[in-house]
This record gives sequence, C-alpha cells and structure tokens, in this order.
Amino acid sequence: MRDVAVIGVGLTKFGELWDKSFRQLIAEAGAKAILDSGIEGKEIDAMYVGSMSSGRFVGQEHVGALVADASGFSNTHIPSTRIESACASGGLAVRQGYLSIASGMNDIVVVGGMEKMNDVVGASATETLATAADQEWEAFFGATFPGLYAMIATKHMHDYGTTKEQLAQVAVKNHANGALNPYAQYQREITIEQAMNATTVAYPLGLLDCSPVTDGAASIILCAADKAKEYIDKPVKIIGSGQASDSLALHARRDICTLDSTVYASRMAYKQANLTPKDIDFAEVHDCFTIAEICAIEDLGFVKKGEGGKAIENKITTLNGSLPVNTSGGLKAKGHPVGATGVAQVVEVTLQLRGEAEKRQVKDAKIGLAHNVGGSGASCAVHILEAM
Amino acid sequence: MGEGVARFWREIPQRYNFIGNKCGSCKRIFFPPRESCPYCRRKSMGKMKDIKLNGKGEIVTYTIIHVSSEDFEEQVPYPIAIIKLDEGPQITAQIVDCNIDDVKIGMKVESTFRKIRQDGSTGAIYYGYKFKKVIEQ
Ligand SMILES: [Zn+2]
Repeated sequence: MRDVAVIGVGLTKFGELWDKSFRQLIAEAGAKAILDSGIEGKEIDAMYVGSMSSGRFVGQEHVGALVADASGFSNTHIPSTRIESACASGGLAVRQGYLSIASGMNDIVVVGGMEKMNDVVGASATETLATAADQEWEAFFGATFPGLYAMIATKHMHDYGTTKEQLAQVAVKNHANGALNPYAQYQREITIEQAMNATTVAYPLGLLDCSPVTDGAASIILCAADKAKEYIDKPVKIIGSGQASDSLALHARRDICTLDSTVYASRMAYKQANLTPKDIDFAEVHDCFTIAEICAIEDLGFVKKGEGGKAIENKITTLNGSLPVNTSGGLKAKGHPVGATGVAQVVEVTLQLRGEAEKRQVKDAKIGLAHNVGGSGASCAVHILEAM
Repeated sequence: MGEGVARFWREIPQRYNFIGNKCGSCKRIFFPPRESCPYCRRKSMGKMKDIKLNGKGEIVTYTIIHVSSEDFEEQVPYPIAIIKLDEGPQITAQIVDCNIDDVKIGMKVESTFRKIRQDGSTGAIYYGYKFKKVIEQ
C-alpha cells in the first residue's frame, strides 16, 4: 500500500443554482481542483465520480463517461467510474480513488461528486431521496426518509433523555458556521426558537432539523504521496480510510440509535491511522438531520453512546470548542447535494489542514476526519487526513 | 413513477399473511423470509422453513409523518413505528385506530389487514398490514 495525498480541491457554490446544469457544475468543480493542484491535466490516470441518482434528478445515467467528457477528458480516454451509495456516494468515490493509488495502479486521479436536485419539481426530490430507504419494507408502508431519522430521534430521546432543544442546538451551530462559509447554501444564523418552532416534518423533527435540497459539485485531486510535493507546497495525506455496510432497513439493525456502519468504518480508519478518537482535532460529520450529528459524534467514539446531546449543549463541538464539528456548516447549512457531500467534506478538512479556512479556521488543526453516511446508515465512509 | 403490479403481488404472501421463515440450524426466525440464515450461512441452505407469524408485537420507536410522499398525502399526519414482533423480527408499519398522542414506545400492538395506498395513475389499490393497539381484556 502506498501513501496517498490530496493535492487539489475545488467546489462550486452550493444552493439552488437555476442557471447551472449538471455537467457545468461538475466541470467547474473539476477545473477548480486541477487549477488548485498545480497539475497540467494530462497526468490524470483515472476519474471516480459520486452521484446518487442522476437518473431520477436529471434523467441522465452513464455519468462516469459524461463527467470525463464534460471536463474535457474524452480525448485522453482515461477510465472514469461512477460510484453510487445513496448519500455516501461521494465518500465511497474518495475511497475508490484512494484505493486505486494506494494499490499502485494509478498515480494521479480526480475524484468528483455532484447532484443537481432542483431540476425536478414538487415532492420529486424528497421521493428520490427516499429510494435510499428499503422500498419494499419501509417506503411501501409510508415511511419517509426524514421519518426514519425521526424514529432514531424518538428512541434517542426516550433512552438517553436527549431533548428537542439539543437537536435545535445542532442546527443553530451549523448555521453559525455556514454563515462563515462563502460556498454555503445558507450563510445566515438562526435562533434556537426558530429551530424549535419550525413546521414539523416527521415528529420530533422539524424543517430546521433537516438538510436542504441542494445543487452542487465538489472535486479533489489525489496523488501518490511521494510525488505530491512536485505539485503543491501543502499536500494533505489520507492516513486512514474505512468503509462499512449494514442492513438497508433501519428496523433490521442491532440497535436503532447506533449506526454500526459508522462504528465499523471509523474503526477501520482509526486502526489504519494508528489513532484513537481522542487524536482527532476536528471533524466533518454527516448531519443530514440534527439527530444524525448527535449519533455521529457518539458512533465515531468522540463521546459515549447517549452523551451526544449533552456534548452539543456543552458547546464542545462549536468552532471554538475542544472538538469543532462541521466547520463548513455541515449538510444542514452548507447544503447537501447528495453525491457531492462526501467529497465536499474532504475539501473542507483539506482547507482546514492547509490553514485556508479563513473565518472558520480551526486553531492548530493537525488531524481531521470526514464521515459520510448512505441512507439511514446502510453504508458509511470515513477518512482521516493529516497535514504533511 | 410507473411500477408494474408484479412487483407488488410477488410480496403478497408475506404482506397479506405474515409468512416469514425459520432457520433449521439455529432456529432464528426471519421476516421477510431469507434465502439463507446470516448466522449459519451454508449450514442453513435448503433448511429454511416457512412459518406464519402471529402478527403481534411491541413498538420500539415511532414518528408522526407530517410531510409524506405523494402516495400518502391524503393520510397525513399518520404514525409510523418500528415494531418488534413476538417471534423476534422487527418491521416498519403504520399505527391506526388510535389517537396520534396515544402512540408510545412499549405499546403492545397487533396487525390488521388494510389498504396501504392507491396508485393515482393506474388506480391499483395496494393492501398490507398496519397495526393497532392491543386492548387488554
Ligand atoms: Zn441460523
């Protein structure tokens, strides 16, 4: 296994991007990453792109080839592979790109992720997201995607005394961070009252407990670590990569309040990096719903099971806390273009480790973690990165 | 999105009659039925026996859906729960015939055969199980 480094990152603005098409978005993110990396372009050996449901969102499949074409690489004929794992598509694309270099097969790859969710009307976007759930044994009976996380929240509140106010505090924190991120969909703060009094979507979750529908793309350039400094002064090394799966349906899990896919993927990444959760300075975690961030900080081992709500309340995870979480604004405020999210998390961790996160810079950021979940927890990718 | 009806009638034995199956090796019970047992794997192959479940259980957790998919819009708000069946498996289903506020973790429930939804485009009506509170005698 060879060491692998991130040598370039690129993001589009996240939001309702009416004037940008699916292919424009990914081409823009890819071009920015190439520009940032110092490579010329012809050095690229392969591409990996995460997209959850381009078929339903924009009526276009075959997006591996499309992305190579849209980014101007159809004439170099490099292999380009699309990865799908619902909301974890981006994180799994990062891992596939990582593995292809670690194995020695490739030296330089582009990893991209994108979703164009606002080209469909009405409830179509949320119905497409629901395809991440078990269609025959959850959605058939009327369970929605927010409904699944709502059932995790009900149980977490019942078993551990987590409160609706603690859920709201996750949203307030992430909006405060999003307000400092020029790429975020929502660059404004919200109050605890607004979060708690928002329209109910699926009890106990309200509108401001949910991540939004977002258009956007993200891209990173990965390179064999021993060659990284030929291209960039501040490469960031991937020191741990983990991935895990679980039952598609929430009801079939060992414990409703634990995402075992997070537990196993993070264990794999910690073991490879030879680190424990205490060694992590900051993290981007998968807060598709506020309760998901509470479960994430527990399942990643930052706090004990059941103490996630208290950790939020005690401001441990704010920008100035001992473990800043979702400095980008998270899925909640930065936005959640599903296929892009896992790649965008690695972009944020890289910017932090390079000391380029501007107003949201974490002090002494040495080791960061990115955590990306598919569906209600049937898949998960975790990456740990360190400044070189 | 248009779906063929075969996708529905394929699951009728399970959804209408609560047919699960039992591993001949470790005796664990599964619903919906599985090809093989995830605990015994090879040892269970060819030894999975169909079994009818009694359709009774207890609420593990729940939510009240206020924003549904198009197919369920006329039913909102409605409770959805994860139910632990007496035989062990857990399933997701709607809770009916009670006040929304009565739905609680730990509540004993039993299945009832109901219309789940009607397909707007084809008019096909889909049936299956929902659950109601068990009235103590
Ligand atoms: Zn068995």
